[in-house]
Amino acid sequence: MSIIVTKPGILTTVQDLGRTGFRRFGIGPGGAMDRTAARLINILLGNDENAAVLEMHFPAAEITFESECIFAVGGASFTPFLDGVEIDNWRANEAQAGSSLKFVDKISGNRSYLAVAGGFTVKEWLGSSSTNLAARSGGHRGRRLELGDRLAIGDSPNEISSRPRWISPAMIPRYSRFPTVRITRGAEYASLTAEGKDVLATAKFTITGDSDRMGFRLKGDVISLIEPQEMLSSAVNFGTIQLLPSGQMVVLMADHQTTGGYPRVGHVVECDLPVLAQLGPGDSVAFEIIDHLDAEKLYIENERNIGVFRAGITVGR
Amino acid sequence: MAANEYPRIFQLGESAITVEFGDSISETLNDRAVSLAERFDRAPFPGFIESVPAYASTTVFYDPVAVRRAFPDFNAAGDAVKVLIDSAIAGLDRRETKTAKPIEIPVDFSAECGLDLEALAVRSSLKVTDVISIFTARIYRVYMIGFLPGFAYMGEVDERIASPRKETPRTLVPNGSIGIAGRQTGIYSLDSPGGWQIIGRTDVSMFRPEDEEPCFLKAGDHVQFVPAS
Repeated sequence: MSIIVTKPGILTTVQDLGRTGFRRFGIGPGGAMDRTAARLINILLGNDENAAVLEMHFPAAEITFESECIFAVGGASFTPFLDGVEIDNWRANEAQAGSSLKFVDKISGNRSYLAVAGGFTVKEWLGSSSTNLAARSGGHRGRRLELGDRLAIGDSPNEISSRPRWISPAMIPRYSRFPTVRITRGAEYASLTAEGKDVLATAKFTITGDSDRMGFRLKGDVISLIEPQEMLSSAVNFGTIQLLPSGQMVVLMADHQTTGGYPRVGHVVECDLPVLAQLGPGDSVAFEIIDHLDAEKLYIENERNIGVFRAGITVGR
Repeated sequence: MAANEYPRIFQLGESAITVEFGDSISETLNDRAVSLAERFDRAPFPGFIESVPAYASTTVFYDPVAVRRAFPDFNAAGDAVKVLIDSAIAGLDRRETKTAKPIEIPVDFSAECGLDLEALAVRSSLKVTDVISIFTARIYRVYMIGFLPGFAYMGEVDERIASPRKETPRTLVPNGSIGIAGRQTGIYSLDSPGGWQIIGRTDVSMFRPEDEEPCFLKAGDHVQFVPAS
């Protein structure tokens, strides 16, 4: 069971939900930018939600299935076509040996995920299948996919004739090009000027062109500290919002460095990270500040909802 | 602003908490950071994911769902982890500082490896040989690993050879290059862009992706540079 890459796309990598336990060595978790999309389509197919998927940007990859296979696409809408017929995101589809899958148009979002029943099988690095491009390790040979790459598919518990299934729209993150994303206050939030706090809570910030899997640079009204701060580097997180000396912010994304030394004005609430992760250059974001306790409740509620979905899929099989 | 009270404990999002022990580079503060991280690595609580020591801080990553399940009496997972951190800190004070043997790292200080060595010597009004002997006279502590996989931030270099970062970073610093930035020194663990002043290069690879322990150094280690013969 395998697929072959017939067009590599602009940036296609193997990802899972990331690599833990090695941050103290400077090796970050990495993993899918939109973790909810990767989890949902894996669960839909009966996979472990951490199974390896392909993360694609537009122009996306074209692939040929070399064996019968159940698969699903989720995240960004890149208009997938299976053997010339348009298919929907968030549904289980059946491919035949020789079927080809391509993505013809970018409708919304910036990162689309392809999961196959059984998951893609790559050699794990430090307990994860995620590609760490900086370390040139993990995923498929530590790099983005290239023309002719062949990826093996694991054994699937699914029957190939299983009825079509889909993901309820209520489960899908509320994607938008101009979302309001919830954040909690960071350690240096209190050091912002009153005007700076006001800008953070009310202004819109545009994602700039030099944004990537490491971080999204935001452009908007300047935010100032009451007084400049010299900080020692310490650990940072996916979703940490740092204030640069220019008064502009950067949100650290999946491939962020493990440590940073800029003031931390806030942290994007984890269940809103998928919405942020789907933005691209020119899109904009606004922030709504909530208390940590509410953020933790959202986290737990989101996990509960995904757990209910998982239980429903398992029962339905 | 009022002076910060240390230790300062705060959330780093919903699934991590950072403890800052101070705001200066010191062996004592780093000892505390490393010890706290090691304590959780040795005796993890339910839901613990990993800990990251830095210069004067430790960050503890955890799974809020698992922590809530294990500590249902707390209002929030974050509150439970804060209590665990508080009691772990209270247990740190009696700990004695480790005195491990320094790790020797051979360095080629030739002009083709020490790309900025000559310029640094001129700026410091020293001879190149003086810079080398001043640099190798000290034992450096690894304060933290960051920036790149296996990149060790070490200190502190003698004031006479301290040097600011390059105004324009190099687009490619070769793997193994040894740099100075301010009073810090570090070893590039991959070919990478970078702005540190490069004074030499080592053959010892800091990052070995195929190994079970992929990085040569860790926070708390001590390093002795020796001129390669």
